[in-house]
Amino acid sequence: MSSNLPQQRIMDILWRRFVIVAPYLWLFIFFLAPFAIIFKISFADPIVAQPPFTPLFNFSVQADKWFYFTLDNYRFLLEDNLYWISYLKSFKIAFISTCLCLLIGYPMAYAIARASPVWRNVLLFLIILPFWTSFLLRVYAWMGMLSTHGVINNLLISIGFIDQPLKLLYTDFAVYVGIVYSYLPFMILPLFANLVKLDFDLNEAAADLGAKPLVIFRDITLPLSIPGIIAGSLLVFIPALGEFVIPALLGGLDTLMIGRTLYDEFFSNRDWPLSSAVATVLLLILVLPMMIFQHHQINETDYQE
Amino acid sequence: MNRQRSTFLITVLCFGYAFLYIPIIMVMIYSFNDSRIVSVWGGFSFRWYLALLDNRQIIEAALLSLRIAFISATIATILGTLAGLALTRMGRFRGRILFTGMIVAPLVMPEVITGLSLLLLFVSLQDFIGWPGERGATTIMIGHITFSMAYVAVIVQSRLMSMDQSLEEAAMDLGGRPFRVMIDITLPIIAPAMLSGWLLAFTLSLDDLVIASFVSGPGASTLPMWIYSKIRLGVTPDINALATIIITIVSIGVVIAGWLMLRQEKQRQQDVQLAYNNNL
Repeated sequence: MSSNLPQQRIMDILWRRFVIVAPYLWLFIFFLAPFAIIFKISFADPIVAQPPFTPLFNFSVQADKWFYFTLDNYRFLLEDNLYWISYLKSFKIAFISTCLCLLIGYPMAYAIARASPVWRNVLLFLIILPFWTSFLLRVYAWMGMLSTHGVINNLLISIGFIDQPLKLLYTDFAVYVGIVYSYLPFMILPLFANLVKLDFDLNEAAADLGAKPLVIFRDITLPLSIPGIIAGSLLVFIPALGEFVIPALLGGLDTLMIGRTLYDEFFSNRDWPLSSAVATVLLLILVLPMMIFQHHQINETDYQE
Repeated sequence: MNRQRSTFLITVLCFGYAFLYIPIIMVMIYSFNDSRIVSVWGGFSFRWYLALLDNRQIIEAALLSLRIAFISATIATILGTLAGLALTRMGRFRGRILFTGMIVAPLVMPEVITGLSLLLLFVSLQDFIGWPGERGATTIMIGHITFSMAYVAVIVQSRLMSMDQSLEEAAMDLGGRPFRVMIDITLPIIAPAMLSGWLLAFTLSLDDLVIASFVSGPGASTLPMWIYSKIRLGVTPDINALATIIITIVSIGVVIAGWLMLRQEKQRQQDVQLAYNNNL
């Protein structure tokens, strides 16, 4: 076998290069580089032109300065309450939703992990199935549930619990329901992956030695499942913080979440530099949780290797 | 005590699954409602389904979305599989940390940021090199490839990590070139993961509203963009029908794909068992 021809060696090296470089280059151009552009434009002034912002460098003859940059957008973010309220409210809604997902998702993931293998597959499949079907349509489904003459109000009135329909849709409550509903699978799956690996002999040993179930849970199961809790919580918290569709469809006018504010700033006011500044600040807020998430993912993969 | 615990867990599961499924089931039921007023039941009818067939806008938007989803899922599967291979089979290389970061970040990155940043990239590229010209299907595809290849990469990566590397090593020791080993040995084993990656990329693309709204031009309106423009103002019966159709098709597809993969996995395990017994 003529396996060591120099030609073939070159092919091997080229193949190796290709495997790494092709996806690397794509992500570099279309994922990483755009952030630099957002950053750049956040220092520009909005103008009525195509594109609607001033250039950072201007080498044309009629320009009085070849370099132009302004901090006005960031100053505006600090001064205008709208943005403060949006960031804080997004943070609050994302945080509470994450806690709610954890409260509902943990017992479910635990129950699935303790089920018999056949049941486990079925239950897990039923968690994943809604995740495959349209996100937009699942949020839409809650509009029908929560509206003034929707399913929940009709039910409550027909059993005589209330006489007047409650205002459920277009409230913060609806946004919480929507986020918990949409992101619950993201909480359950990593928790399940973690809990199913736990050695339940430990629990039985503790029980044989007389430990109460709650104590066993607190001292054994809970500490061992912390990696799952972290992964699940970040998978819910980070996207929820910048969520647009759910507050836009289920929230009221006062449900100011930053994703929605950014979207409106961009599409209604056409202020590209200001939206870039809003996005830059949001990215800075997210850098830390994302680094924790990445660190966690790498640890997980190294462990499995 | 044990009985108490399992009663608690079963109750939690029942409520949890009810929470996940009742809203979708209600949409499906109301899609057959004859009444124009969404909340009042006016008898069973297919009229909203028939109305959809007459709506040229929906059909055009759906065809555009399917085309974008098909092409972007295919390219995302190729790039994502390469990324998965790079992360598991290429050892250490320069910029690996940045690479893993770029794979992991799109999974959690809020869509408004991805959408805005891609649009600004396209506008800047237009200024410098005169490409991509008109924004539309192509720019939407690029956006979808970028975030869905990360999902494919993660799925393929976890499959590659769980698979037995000794097969590939044996083939290499016998003089197989890396490219051929990958085609003959690795690919058949990770094919199910690539298929689920493709399906996921396909549905993610079919479903995306935010990124498409940012990077699309005036001409191109995808199905989610069309749906969003209608449901912003409230619940409408024809969207109920459309939702029922989409959810039913996707669910059937996922069930069939899941079943095929389960069967293939069983077959593989049987083959392994058989080979083992024959060698005893």
